Amino acid sequence: MSNINTYRRKFLSGLTKVSASAATIALAPGVFLRDVHAKPADQPVSSDVRWGLLIDTNKLADGGEACVQACKKEHGWGNEERSNPEQKAQWIRKVTVTEKLTKHTVTLPVMCQHCDTPPCVDVCPTGASFKRADGIVLVDKHICIGCRYCMMACPYKARSFVHEELEDQLPDTPRGKGTVESCNMCVNRVDDGKNPACVDAAPQALLFGDLNDPESKISKVLKQYGGTQIRADLGLNTGVRYWGI
Amino acid sequence: MATKTIFSEVKNSLGFWAILAVFGILVLGGALAFFYMEHHGHYVTGMNNQIVWGMPHVFAIFLIVAASGAANVASVGTVFGKKIYQPLGRLSAFMAASLLLGGLAVLVLDLGRPDRLIIAMTHYNFKSIFAWNIILYNGFLAILVVYLWTMMDRRKIAKALYKPVGYANFIWRVILTSGTGSIFGFLVARQYYDAAIMAPLFIAASYVFGTAIYSLFLLISFKLTGRELGDTVLNRLRYTLAIFIAAVLFFETIRHLTNLYATEHHGVEEFILASGSTFTKLFWYGQILLGSLLPMFLIWCRFLRNSRLALALAAVLAILGGLIQIYVILIGGQAYPLVLFPNAEVSSSFYEGVINSYSATLPEYMLGIGGVGLALAMVLVGIKVLRLLPVSLADSVVDPHHKKA
Repeated sequence: MSNINTYRRKFLSGLTKVSASAATIALAPGVFLRDVHAKPADQPVSSDVRWGLLIDTNKLADGGEACVQACKKEHGWGNEERSNPEQKAQWIRKVTVTEKLTKHTVTLPVMCQHCDTPPCVDVCPTGASFKRADGIVLVDKHICIGCRYCMMACPYKARSFVHEELEDQLPDTPRGKGTVESCNMCVNRVDDGKNPACVDAAPQALLFGDLNDPESKISKVLKQYGGTQIRADLGLNTGVRYWGI
Repeated sequence: MATKTIFSEVKNSLGFWAILAVFGILVLGGALAFFYMEHHGHYVTGMNNQIVWGMPHVFAIFLIVAASGAANVASVGTVFGKKIYQPLGRLSAFMAASLLLGGLAVLVLDLGRPDRLIIAMTHYNFKSIFAWNIILYNGFLAILVVYLWTMMDRRKIAKALYKPVGYANFIWRVILTSGTGSIFGFLVARQYYDAAIMAPLFIAASYVFGTAIYSLFLLISFKLTGRELGDTVLNRLRYTLAIFIAAVLFFETIRHLTNLYATEHHGVEEFILASGSTFTKLFWYGQILLGSLLPMFLIWCRFLRNSRLALALAAVLAILGGLIQIYVILIGGQAYPLVLFPNAEVSSSFYEGVINSYSATLPEYMLGIGGVGLALAMVLVGIKVLRLLPVSLADSVVDPHHKKA
């Protein structure tokens, strides 16, 4: 009897967990609570953590426009006055993809994919393009010489070059003429224990968390449902994953 | 080494100073362009977030690749023991260093932060082929200086080092040009690059560019300074040029055939080879017809045998063809959009899925041509203050059989 009861209990509790997580994803994804914790400011970044993003394109009614606007506001890019549209910075943009055969169309936000083995880091002559221990890929503005080799190397077209003198940069986002920049996963916010701005702008569709922690929400749902990488053929093991593409 | 060869500096003449002044003006133009671009930022150029490397890089890469090829003339004399080439060695090594410096100047002055050059020299990421190239270029310059010394000093120690330094120079050059080609070869994400063949292609191209520039300079400088130049030397250079043009064509054929076999590269190959774009015209008419087939005809046509005009024309065409080749590789490869989603039509505010346009602005041309001016001005100063040019390269002086005896 006790055996049967234990079995029932396990079965039912398992079922509850699965349906609860499925329901959370399917019905009320907005209620995802952030399951990441701020790193104490006096401690170095740890490789125990690998920050990642999951983007559910089906839930992005605007294709990610809110994310783009939030990123602009957070980092202050895109207002370069003298640059022409082809020269203006774009840290994140909406890409519309229509498969040629099926005509299936998806719109998704694309930004730095925070690769595990980033080509931009490999090619950078000075080491300005680097990956933090916690998986965030960014540019050290102090040693970037503006050679733009990382822009040639990035498979995701994630990087922009600052073509003009900038003034009144935002305090948390160092930017400057002649250097390269890209999505830094809002490293300033993450270190303060907050979500990246794009995640807060579209919480129904974006999930941020620690990919190394099997108990984090992002790890759990990715384990259960998987997540697509853009250009997975390159084997870069991206930190940004998608649903619905 | 050809000890009997007599070298002399170029004499003072109005013509010399006039030519130097012309190149000096080009350098000045380049400097002005640099200050203009540096002051305003790259928004005053035609470069953007799609075409990130533009016209200055075409000239810079051309000059750097040509530098390696220009040094080949000396290598043939030292490494392969061809005595007829040995009197040509001094100019070859000096020209190589000058072309390299000209190219590097353009490359550095186009950086977003040229003021941070010291960082490039002190912070190295050893996985980056760019970082390796910085070391390779500096090492090449150092070797060339020593090489030149072994050719110009009469002391025993210099003579003893001539061969070993010549070998070091040769091996260094192979690695260096492989490194330059690998700037593109190592770009995993770009459809038009990402191929090991870029390294040997650039090596073959370096011989074409270098031999063409060397031949042209030799012809003009000997003519203007009234020195005798025999057909024996010229014909060696002439046939070297043609053979290496054929080698470049071979590598280009293999490169494109391999790409054409792989479905994932069909888009970019169609764009470059058959779309009718500017790059299609530049590739077929510029690089292949005018830059390769016509020079080969001018060299191998039996009715033009020993014709200096034909050689000069072939060299000019090979140089222009080389610039076009680099342009098509560099700009064409960037103009074709990155493929994030195969088999799909894509669009975005960031110019996804469209052919990127580029038109170089005047400052970019001025900076690039300024690099050419700098390289040639340095060679001119070199032949004025150093004994680089042989007094005579007449057949009777350079006949290798005579030397062997």
